[in-house]
Amino acid sequence: MQDRARRITHNLIALWAGCIVIFMYLPVICVALASFSKNRYFRFPIPSYDNVWYGKAFSSLTVRGLFETSLSIALLVTAISVVVAFCGALAFARFDWTGRKVFQRIILLPIFFPQAVLGLALLLWFSALGIIPDWRTAVFAHLIWIVPIATLVISIQVYSFDPALEEAAFDLGASRWQVLREITLPVLWPGIFSGALFSFLLSWGNFPLSLFTTGADQTIPEWLYAKMVSGYTPLVPTLGALTTLGAALLLLGGYGVILLSKRMRASQ
Amino acid sequence: MTARADRPNALPASPTPVRVGRLASLRHWLSRPGMLSAMPVLTLLLAGFAGPLLAVVGYSFMPPRTFDFVHLPTLENYHHIFSQTYYQSFLWALFLASVTVILLMVICYPLAYGMAKLFGRWSNLLTLILVIPLFVSENIRLYGWVLFLIKGGVVSGTLKVWFGLELGGLIYNVPAIVLGLVYVYLPFTLFPMVLGLSMVPRETTEAAFDLGASRWQVFREVELPLAMPGILIGGLLTFVLSLGSLAESKILGGQAVIMIADDIETAFTFGQNWPLGSALSVLLLGLAGTLVLSLLKRLDLDAILGQR
Repeated sequence: MQDRARRITHNLIALWAGCIVIFMYLPVICVALASFSKNRYFRFPIPSYDNVWYGKAFSSLTVRGLFETSLSIALLVTAISVVVAFCGALAFARFDWTGRKVFQRIILLPIFFPQAVLGLALLLWFSALGIIPDWRTAVFAHLIWIVPIATLVISIQVYSFDPALEEAAFDLGASRWQVLREITLPVLWPGIFSGALFSFLLSWGNFPLSLFTTGADQTIPEWLYAKMVSGYTPLVPTLGALTTLGAALLLLGGYGVILLSKRMRASQ
Repeated sequence: MTARADRPNALPASPTPVRVGRLASLRHWLSRPGMLSAMPVLTLLLAGFAGPLLAVVGYSFMPPRTFDFVHLPTLENYHHIFSQTYYQSFLWALFLASVTVILLMVICYPLAYGMAKLFGRWSNLLTLILVIPLFVSENIRLYGWVLFLIKGGVVSGTLKVWFGLELGGLIYNVPAIVLGLVYVYLPFTLFPMVLGLSMVPRETTEAAFDLGASRWQVFREVELPLAMPGILIGGLLTFVLSLGSLAESKILGGQAVIMIADDIETAFTFGQNWPLGSALSVLLLGLAGTLVLSLLKRLDLDAILGQR
């Protein structure tokens, strides 16, 4: 009797999970639908489907410029944030030091901060320092928000890391550098990889920070927003669908790499 | 399980040198591996977080419509704010953020429970599926809702073709903003809640059931208190971020309601009044900061993140 009640609850919760997944993807599906509409303005049901806007997106010079700006920002952010966040994660979860608890809370502050306000604050700050914003200042702005997140992501891996491994290597006469290269990095690799993936994707999709800190340069999300507000073109859903697809593929690919490497390690 | 929270993998503390000068002990502290590896992050946050915050506070005391620091400090901006109707946008932001948090708590709890306790291997896949939308710029996703709800969009188009109903747009009103907020911040409530619920040991709930507790009692007296840190982090994150949200009310709300972040942005951009925008930001951040700091103080992050 109780088992039956449990099974029913279980099924209800699974059903609920399904509803939430649909809820999360509904707008994405709408964007994808709109991107295949031939007409200049979106109407549903869509009168005629076409992929003409995808052709235009791929041949447009504006889109290429936006793509290059977004990509440069995201790649730089990823490279810097992985290194800084790796050290940060060691301080967060590995070493026992006075001030660690305070450090953990400081790390969380930028995450608990409205991003639009952070963007504006950085704009003020750059102006006070006499720096003219361009895509490089946006890299800096993204880092303030993304490094703490990457630190948390890597920390989760660091918590499950057994320091006895490092100590054993030291006892066997390994240098600090050798220990880092041969023990610490390989063991923490999955966490570092997820940290990098998160950094790239969060920077790629970021809008509120970019809005105020890119100066004359423009990223894809900024351009999309500008066109949504005024001067709609069907390139908006097309580009939106393309960046969504890109993010999904990258994430699934990354997840696949992690699974594969786990399996390979298990079979060794 | 909970004993792991006690830093099992901490290095043994190195023997503290007896009677060293203050400067030497400071240097010793600074050269500890923990402090050293914290340095890069701390430098970054000093230059990119503490600095800008100070700049905002500084600007908020400058005369209106000035763009540098060379003036005598004044309280004019704050006077202006309190004599105008800015409190309305504050109240709207507080109201909408509270509604969002309450709705998300109810929506997320069953799912988080499923992911932490019932779905087993499937919950990894589900996490992945729910994470993907996070990486799509939120304005694209909100735009998808516009296409869904607008006049002639998916909902009204379908109703018209199938049932012959004429329906106007369902957008540019307060419920649409709430929908946008709930949609955007769902993962922010959900994932900390999952972490929190997976801190509840299965044996404890089983024991409570064996002792004759009802489902409701187990929920109230076992699950909820033990999962509270995760739930609190999720709720706080959602509350603070929706308090300062901009895109939802702009894209889905039209001009139905002005939230405080709207006012701040307007002051900075169209208004060209940086000191006013700064003063508004200071008030918003003071409110959010008080909440965040008072809550973070009580949480044991090692227990939440390091439970595996």
